Amino acid sequence: MSATEPTRAARWALSPALAGGALAVLAAFLVGAALIAAAGVNPLTAYAALFESALGSRNGIAETLLRTVPLALCGLGVALAFRSGVFNVGAEGQLFLGGTAAAAVGVAGAGWPSVLLLPAMAMAAMLAGALWSGVAAVLKLRFRADELITTIMLNYVAIHFVSYLLHGPLKDPNAALAQTTRLTNEARLPVLLAGTRLHAGILMAIVAAALAHLFLWKRTNGFRLRVVGLNPRAAENAGMNVRAMIVFGFLICGALSGLAGFAEVSGVQRRMIENLSPGFGYTAIMVALLGATSPLGVLAAAFLFAALQIGATTMESAAGVPSTLTTIIQGLVVLFLIGRSAAPMLRDKIAARRVT
Amino acid sequence: MSRFLPFLADPVFAGFLSASMRLAIPILLAALGGLFSERSGVLNIGLEGAMLIGAFVGFVAAFASGNLVVGVLAAILAGVVFDLILGFYAITLGANQVVVGIAMNLLAAGFTAYFYRLIFGAGTQSPRIDAFSQLDLGQLADIPLVGPLLFRQDPLAYIALALIALAWFVTAKSRFGLNVRAVGEHPQAAETLGVNVILIRYAALSISGALAGLGGAYLSLSATGVFIDNMTAGRGYIALAILILGRRHPIGVLLAALLFGAADALQLRAQLLPIGVPLQFLLMLPYVLTIVVLAGFVGRGGAPAALGVPFRPGRSGDA
Repeated sequence: MSATEPTRAARWALSPALAGGALAVLAAFLVGAALIAAAGVNPLTAYAALFESALGSRNGIAETLLRTVPLALCGLGVALAFRSGVFNVGAEGQLFLGGTAAAAVGVAGAGWPSVLLLPAMAMAAMLAGALWSGVAAVLKLRFRADELITTIMLNYVAIHFVSYLLHGPLKDPNAALAQTTRLTNEARLPVLLAGTRLHAGILMAIVAAALAHLFLWKRTNGFRLRVVGLNPRAAENAGMNVRAMIVFGFLICGALSGLAGFAEVSGVQRRMIENLSPGFGYTAIMVALLGATSPLGVLAAAFLFAALQIGATTMESAAGVPSTLTTIIQGLVVLFLIGRSAAPMLRDKIAARRVT
Repeated sequence: MSRFLPFLADPVFAGFLSASMRLAIPILLAALGGLFSERSGVLNIGLEGAMLIGAFVGFVAAFASGNLVVGVLAAILAGVVFDLILGFYAITLGANQVVVGIAMNLLAAGFTAYFYRLIFGAGTQSPRIDAFSQLDLGQLADIPLVGPLLFRQDPLAYIALALIALAWFVTAKSRFGLNVRAVGEHPQAAETLGVNVILIRYAALSISGALAGLGGAYLSLSATGVFIDNMTAGRGYIALAILILGRRHPIGVLLAALLFGAADALQLRAQLLPIGVPLQFLLMLPYVLTIVVLAGFVGRGGAPAALGVPFRPGRSGDA
């Protein structure tokens, strides 16, 4: 692979990944069909209910796009971290802390106009996520603790910590549940499609993907990030600051996951709750892999998995197939994808990776 | 010494000791499993998934057959199958072992949640089985320190302790153990000497899956008698940290697992005491301890040289 590939080629380089992804998705749906049949349901009926619900109506599409937001933002973060050679599995905890920070600022800044309050909430969320991810960066670079395990452990710590905050200092004094006070209208992301819940967060996700794409393929630092991920030794020899790129990989993942928490709190829940995420941060890993760690691919993968998740709820109520089928399909997609051919970036990582 | 004897005989302290051992057993079993795969050079991120599958299949089999032993055997088998699939990717296809492990773990979470609902429905009343109970060893259980630690456990715990001895014997003394270590340190050299690297790695991974599956069965068949979604709660990942702390040695793994069991038992007991620490901070303890262990002990453990590196047979020259 040429190190100075032209951007046009880079853009088209996506297509084999696209073909591989489509095949993997198809295969996963076939296995999913067998599992639906095991539930005693006609797979075609179930899948029809799934896609009809997710994509067959204005509201269905709005709900799918709504679900795309956290998956895409976390997925972008995980993908950029992967590109720098960092296996950050911590998006879930970073999202929780981001959502909490956003809610705290939203409550404290009640009365501010939206133009001030929303950016302040978003900044706080990104900062909280990045700081939490930064802990894993310090653990890796200073103490050589493998980020794969530390980020998973930090997820548990973050979720317990958020639970503490919601039961204690940040608790809505007038509510029985562990949650923050309901956000004022100024603290809410505006709805994009009247009559649906789709909010401006989807624009944030699209802009973030576009910026990430430009960064990776048009900016010197994006090039450095990719080289560090592909071959840290070569990057070092070429005079690149490997540690700085790795730190950036951690921080950007934390910031984007924190932003996802902001979008969920401000746009969907209207407050911070204990069950903010049904595992968005973990699904984001599958999203990043299916998207071949390319920002536009991540966006597409996030949309697909969002449709799957939204449709599965209807599939459960209409056809009686447990909605947890989606988790199986997501896992299978990735396994089939790796089975077909491990992404070159990941294959190269193997040689470099030594977990001690 | 006599000053401490009343303390050692204290029922609260005895209860703490036996709880430490009880809580250590599942992570101990998973870590012993990880020991085999890691010694053979395969990084097994899938311990978490194998445990979860073991907990689930063990529960279902015990529930269906009304026999706990059937449940345990089914859990072991499920763990082996899980790790063989993982092995196909990690060993045969040479895929990235971390990515495969993460995907397999998510698959296990989806698979168990899906089939639990298919089998038992989504009702509010969760099915329960009569779990393994503590063996009555009479006077032995009253020996200070050793009694509660060793002689107030259920059959699976004794099997786990016996497996430590067996694991030590196999890794240190047997021909197979020697091959496992050779394959993990220098697969090319091992192949030159006529060792079937692929076969040894598959065997090590099967043992790994069996032990992790057994560890999962302990969660559903010993500790609780129920299956809950994602009931492993990161124990498979904690087992990876225990491997590092225990220097990938069976005795070290036992001691490290006991440390974690003690931390878990401590936080469970502290929840009942009016010490003013919020519950959530106590719940964090095992996870924080894992991070501290990773930060403090990594780099001194001496991981197998070929850990995480796929092997392609017949290419001894170009490594």
